[in-house]
This record gives sequence, structure tokens and C-alpha cells, in this order.
Amino acid sequence: MWPIPELYGAGVLAYTLAALGGLALHTRDRAKLWMSSLLCVLSLLGALLEAAASLGVLSARTEFTVSLPSGVPYLSYSLRLDPLSAFFILALSMLAAAVSVYSIAYIPHATGRKSPGLFCFFLNLLLLALTVVFTASNILLFFIAWELMTVAAYFLVVFRHESAESRKGGLLYILMSRGGTGMLLIGFLLLASAAGSLEFQALHGAGEHLSPLLSALAFVLLFLGFGVKAGIIPLHIWLPAAHPAAPSNISALMSGIVIKTGIYGMARVFFDFYGVTPVWAGILVLVIGVVSAVLGVLYALMEHDLKRLLAYHSIENIGIILIGFGSALLFRSFGHPKLAALALIAGLFHTLNHGVFKCLLFLGAGSVLHATDTRNMEEMGGLIRRMPATALYFLIGAIAISGLPPLNGFVSEWFTYQALLAGFGTTAELTRLAFPIAGALLALTAALAAACFVKAFGIAFLALPRSEKAEQAREVPVSMRSGMALLALACVSLGLGATWVLPVFDPITDAALGSAISRDLAAGNGLLLTAGSLRSGSVSTLGIALLLVVLGAAALLLWLVWGRKSARVTGPAWDCGLPGLTAENEYTATAFSKPLRMIFAALFRPRREIQAQFEISPYYPTAIHFESEIEPAFEKHFYDPLREGILAIASRMRRLQAGSIHAYLAYIFITLILLLLFGVRA
Amino acid sequence: MTAPAIAVIAQAAVVLLLSPLITGFSRTLKARLQTRRGPGIFQHYRDLYKLARKGMVIPETASWIFTATPYVLFSTTLAAGLLVPAISAEAPLSLFGGVLAVVYLLALGRFFLALAGLDTGSSFGGLGSSREMTISAIAEPALMLAVFTVALGAGSTNLSLVAQAALGQSWQFLAPSQMLAFAALFIVLIAETGRLPVDNPATHLELTMIHEAMVLEYSGSYLALIEWSAAMKQLVLMMLLVNAFFPFGLSAGWWAAATLVSLVLFCGKLLLLAAAVVLVETTNAKLRLFRVPELLAVAFVLSALALISTFLF
Repeated sequence: MWPIPELYGAGVLAYTLAALGGLALHTRDRAKLWMSSLLCVLSLLGALLEAAASLGVLSARTEFTVSLPSGVPYLSYSLRLDPLSAFFILALSMLAAAVSVYSIAYIPHATGRKSPGLFCFFLNLLLLALTVVFTASNILLFFIAWELMTVAAYFLVVFRHESAESRKGGLLYILMSRGGTGMLLIGFLLLASAAGSLEFQALHGAGEHLSPLLSALAFVLLFLGFGVKAGIIPLHIWLPAAHPAAPSNISALMSGIVIKTGIYGMARVFFDFYGVTPVWAGILVLVIGVVSAVLGVLYALMEHDLKRLLAYHSIENIGIILIGFGSALLFRSFGHPKLAALALIAGLFHTLNHGVFKCLLFLGAGSVLHATDTRNMEEMGGLIRRMPATALYFLIGAIAISGLPPLNGFVSEWFTYQALLAGFGTTAELTRLAFPIAGALLALTAALAAACFVKAFGIAFLALPRSEKAEQAREVPVSMRSGMALLALACVSLGLGATWVLPVFDPITDAALGSAISRDLAAGNGLLLTAGSLRSGSVSTLGIALLLVVLGAAALLLWLVWGRKSARVTGPAWDCGLPGLTAENEYTATAFSKPLRMIFAALFRPRREIQAQFEISPYYPTAIHFESEIEPAFEKHFYDPLREGILAIASRMRRLQAGSIHAYLAYIFITLILLLLFGVRA
Repeated sequence: MTAPAIAVIAQAAVVLLLSPLITGFSRTLKARLQTRRGPGIFQHYRDLYKLARKGMVIPETASWIFTATPYVLFSTTLAAGLLVPAISAEAPLSLFGGVLAVVYLLALGRFFLALAGLDTGSSFGGLGSSREMTISAIAEPALMLAVFTVALGAGSTNLSLVAQAALGQSWQFLAPSQMLAFAALFIVLIAETGRLPVDNPATHLELTMIHEAMVLEYSGSYLALIEWSAAMKQLVLMMLLVNAFFPFGLSAGWWAAATLVSLVLFCGKLLLLAAAVVLVETTNAKLRLFRVPELLAVAFVLSALALISTFLF
């Protein structure tokens, strides 16, 4: 019906043209800034074309494949847009469209005195690489696109290379990415050895043809390899280093969709390459999901850098997605395909939702950074009066990420809870205890996320400005506001219209698990969401939204009837008799999270140092120095020992390099003997 | 399962009109237990009427969040009240959401209330917001496990079905899982509604207040809406507790005669539960803030035991 290959090709062409245009712009001495806006519009066009192509695939339930041979053995340019790929391309396109609109005004500001053309080049290269990652159907092509994506993201992270933080973030990012790719390579080659070919279509179900040990090894390696990119705990340490250091539209893209390439890879491995998995695999994914969710949000609560806080929340939401995936694996192992489909839908829907609201929040943080020149929440405040539109969009993102009705975060978390609840009820083994424990910890995570966003929004936007920079903040240009507005609209639409989004998942779950349940999940003429049948519980976000509006209007009516005649004056807030409240009386972000820091002290191990200087008497200090920090547990207990161990082994091996040519000749001779002995066997 | 519009209005009226009665009853009983006379059962109605007509002072530092919060809190709490069965086993809008929707609607109200606390720019508001969000976060795992146990019995999160399933099986409330889940939810009720030993609703000392700290700057009709919403939240949580575990007297439909009898029984059950809460309040001193997680850990253990006992018994 729709010319899907043509739309896809046109989208790819648009990204390529924008990238080449950026490169051409770079060679001019002082490029005109409006040219970079033109390139952003071109990216927007590419995003819209890709969105159309993916919608075509999802609505028509087809897939399109194109395969071009290359001269290189084992590599063929085969691209396949099947429903799973189309879903991720749709998410990518939505985010790319919003970020392109945002970038029109943001790129001139972000690049400063550097070339905006180069920035556009890397941005479009990243978008192009992401498109190919989601649609590649050949292992080598997948790796080429994967590495290209990593490199493009690296150059964008270190774009402001004069800042040591950017350099360090970029280095950590690319080092851990390399480690992850190494694991992926081994895992993919193991699968390819079983299937005998490097094409994804041949790898379907390849995991079962390996011996149990190799199958388990490939599963774990692929899970950890994609997990590095997704940011699961304990492989997450690059995320809070790289995402805050990047320019804000890039942070938005990275948290929104680049980490989802890890999720896409996991979905391919779990549901395409492996038709059956043992029970321990599902438990592993579920446990890592729960741990990532809880630890991610706990570390987020302790941050007062707005972008680092958002980066830790990405880790938390990846954990929530993995809870859905792990439950789906467990249900498939126990033989409940419909419940597996429900859990898979929960995980995939949360992928889309998280992409949308995380991108919105990062763009909001970028706008705040643009206006106040600081990322530290302790220096912000009062921005709601100076940047009302940004505040509104950030609030919508904050409500969505806390999982509150009637927005989209609530819908995907509701589905996850329903899947976990159904899990406890239907399975009979002892492993079913994992489901309610995961449910309880998911509830804890959601509540802590709400607490964290009360802090983030409240300290950054409300009350009085805590510094000059915040006082002089101005609203951001219209293109930046439009980018955020598009995403806020998407949050609201995905929440209220969730029943109409569900049919998108049918072809995906049908291909993966053999059951398409979206018709069971929507009831009441598309107004109600259910968990399989009306009997098992239902929710209607549209109904709740209407109810809230009606009841709020009723309260307003009560006020109009009774309260209107009473006086309404503005006055100072209660200040305990002191001469007026200043910004110093307000609560701080560190103080807001102090109760949680104390409750979870076993995890954080907070260290506090107070030094008071006095001249006459210690009861009248002239200056007080206060320092408080929490222990970086994973760096200290896992990565530092690992690094020390590697360096120790390396320094021991240095003894082999004796420097004497006789020793080196002896090494060659010994190696030759060993090769002759072991290589020349019948 | 669709109820007529009159049922929606009737349930809304019950939730709106009964909530100040529960508050008044609790205060009077508490006073009597402390050998005082107390304010009288209907005092809270008079208080709300008085507040609605008083003038209000809005802090200079406040933004639209401050003015929107009373309406958001009122509408979310009343919406949650329409999803829980009260007099009839069929809550009028139970298709719109089950127990998860109730919990998260109350969380939405709390989100805005915490923001309003920070909006005023005074330390009290921030203090209240921080403590409220912490306590509600720590109470969530216990709440969710108890909810799981309850929903497991009925095989659904739809509260009408939960009440009907409990109606169908008499004496089920004596099962260990139900009693343990009830105990856990009782502790969570005390934490969520801000009663002693977690929070004192009658104090304004900064060392001790949590909910009162967030609403310190509210006055006039806004304060009336917020106090009414707090009373409604207490009523909604009590309704949930009472009708999910002891659904005696719930009428199966919406006929007039049965409804009146159910109303009387419903009030009776609520007053009994309120009396139990008052007994706990009067016999316990307020806990230090950092002892509250220990209390909620007890609730978590109780709900975990409730869940485990569902498949042991």
C-alpha cells in the first residue's frame, strides 16, 4: 500500500545529504548559521520519512528485505525492516524529529565558536548509523553500523573537548563500548557457527542448535554485550559520565534511543535467535532488571547535577524494561505464550515511552542549561516564572517518568504490574516468588522516582532563584520550545490513546511468541485497557483524565459559589519573624534527599566533614566548611580492583619483553616448534 | 458492570459527605480517651464551611502550582474514591481503574502537594515535602505486596471483583494470608494518612510535622479543599481496607432498600476501623523520623508473609 522501500530509502538519503551538507559547510571559513538550520530541517524530513516507512510496515504487517552483495566475503548489504525493527525505527524517528526541531536554535548555541557543520555531520551520521543498526540483517553490516554509531556518539560527546569532563566521559564511553562489542562479537560468532551463515534470517532459532554450555555462554555474552550499551548495572558507569557531558540535544538522543539499541539487540537475541530459553535465563534478566531499577533511582536521588540525575534515571528505566523482558522469558519457559506477549508488550511499550519522556526531560534540562549556564540544581530556582513554557513541558515529563496517571509512564508500568501479578497466579514453581518481589521493588522504584522528580522540578523551577544566573534566566527560543512541545504532546497522546497504539505490537509478539493479544488488551470500544480480559482488571487513562477534569471543574464551581466573595491577598510566606525570606531560607536538593540518604546509608556510605573556623570562641564560627559525599560503590569495589588487576598482570608480562634479541629469537623458535607439533596432526 | 449515573453521584456524595464525619469522630473519640470533651462529631463540617468563606493569603513566591494543587488534590482523591466499592459491591467506575489506579491517583495528588510545599520558598514546606515523599516511598513495597495478595484471591485488580469474590467466600477473612495482609495495610494506612505514630495531624512544630508542613501556607478556601481532600484520602483508604477484607453488608446492586441497610453497615464498619486507628494513636508516642522505616519494614515483612501463606495454606 505504502511505498515502504522508497520511503525508507528516501529517509536514509535525507540523513546522508544532511551529513554531507554538514561536512561541506565545515570547509567554509565562517558558515552561516541559517545553513545549519536548513540541515536540521533536512534531518527532520528524514525522520518523518522513516516514521512513515515504519508505520507502513507496522500497519500492513509486512516486512521488506533488500540484499545487495558486496565484494567482501561474508558481508552483504542486507537490510530488513520487520515489525520489531519498524517499532524501533518509529521510536528513533519520533525522537529525531523532535531533536531536529530543537536543534535549529540549539546548535548555534552549543557549538559556540566551533563549526556547526561538523556538529550536523556527526549528528546525521549518528542518525544514519542508528537506522542501519535497527535494520541490518547481516552480522558484519550490523557491527559496522554499531561501531559507526559509537564513534559518531563519541565525537559528539567530546565536541566540547576543552572540558576535561567531556574528554573523560567520552573516553570511558568508548572504552566500555569496545568491551561490550568484544563480547557481542564472540556471542554472534558462536550463533553464526551453529547456523552456518551470517544472515539474521538464518540465525532465527540458532540458539537451540548449540550445545547447552555454548548456548548459555552465547546468551550471557550477548546479554552483557548489549547490556553495556543499554547501561545495566554493573556495566553502567559510563552513562553518568558521558550523557551529562554531551551537548543537550545529543544527551537526549543518547538516553532516548542510543541506549535502546541495546534493548533492540536483547529483543532480537531473546525472542528471535533463541526460541526457547532455560528458566535461569529469565531469572537472570529479571534480577538484573530489578537491581538496575532500584540502584539507578537510588543513585539518581543523591545527584544535584540535573543531567546526571536524568542519566541515572535512564538506568532505572532500562531496569524496568528488563523486568518486562525477563518476565516474558520466564512465561515462555513455563509455556504461557499469552502472558509472555503481555510482558513483552509491557517492555516494548516502556521502551517507547521512556524514549519520549527522557528525551523531553533532557531537552528541558538543555533549555535550563542554555538559560542559566549551570547544571547544578543548587544554583537554580524560580525558573517557572522566567521560563514558563519550559517549566510546563518539564513538569509533563516529570509526571510521565514518575508513572502517574493518566500519562504514558503509568500505562507501561500498569502493564508491567499486571504481567507480574499474573505470573504469581499462574506459575506453580518456587521461582514464581520472583514476580511479587519484583513487583514490590518496582513499586519502590516508582515511588522513589516520584520523590526524585519532586526534588528536580521543585528545586530547579520553584520558589526563589538561588543565584544570579537563575535570576537572569530568559525563556528559550521558539524552536527549542517546539521540540519540547512535540514530545510533551506525544507523552499525553501515548498515555490517553494507549489503546490505539496497542495493535502496533501484534506483529511483533506474533513473530516472537506466536500470540497476538492486542484485541484482548483493549476493551470498551477502545476506551479501556485490560490485562487479557475485563475480568483481570482494567484501567482507562482517557476516563481518568476526563474524571479529573470534571471533578476539578466541580471544585472550581464550589469556589465560585462560596469562596469568591472572600478576600484574596498576596503576602510574604511565614518567616518565623525574621526580616523576610531570601533564597537562603529555601530547601536545598541535598537536604531534600537527606532522609533517603540516611535510610539507605548501608548502600551510600555517606561521608561528612564539617570544619568550623573561629577567632574568639568556637561557639561563634566565622566560617563553616561542609563536605558530604557518597561512596561510588561500583567504581570502588569492582572497577578499581579490575583496573589494578589488569595493570598488575600487564606489568608482570612486561618481563617477557626483555629487550634482548636472543630472547625474541628464542620466542619465535619455540612458537614454531609448538605450531609444528600441534598444527601438523593427521 | 456499568452503573447508572445516579450511582456515580451517590458514591461521590457518600465520599464527600462522610469524610468529615470520620475525622470528627476520630478527634472526639481521641479526646474522650484522653478524658477531654472533644470538639464534637460534626465540628469538621463547620471548620470546612468556615474556611471556605475566609479570605486567603497567597505567598509572593508562589506560582500557578500553588493555586492548582488544591484542585488537583481534590479531584484525584475524589476520583480514587469513585473507584473503590463503598456501599455496593460494584464501585460505579471500577472499570476505569482498579487498586493500582487508586494507589497512583493518590500518588499524583501527593506529587502536586509536595511541589506546592516547595513552591512557597520556606524551609517548612521543603521539610514536609521531603519527609512525605520519603515515607510514602518506603511504604510502597508493603502496600504493593499486600495489594498483590488481595488481588490474587480474586484473580483481578478490579476492586468490584475483589469485593464480590470476598463476598462469595464467607469466613475467608480468617485465613492467615488475609489477616496478615490486613495488618500490613493497617500500618500503611497509618503512614499514608499521617496519623500517630508516624505523623501528628494536630501539631505545627517543625520537628514533628510532615503533612501540616506542606500545607502551612494555605488558607481560606484552598485550605478547605486540602483538608477535605486529606479527610477523603483517609476515607478512601479505609474503604479499601474495610471492603476488601470485610465485605459484609455490601449490597450486590443499587436497589434503594438494600442500599440504606448497606449504608448503615458501611458507616458502622468505618467507625470501628476509625476507632481502632484512634486506639493505636492514643497508645503510641510519635516515632522519630528515622524509626519510621523500621515500622514500615515490619509492614513489609507482614505482607511478604501474607503472600507466602497464600500458597502454603
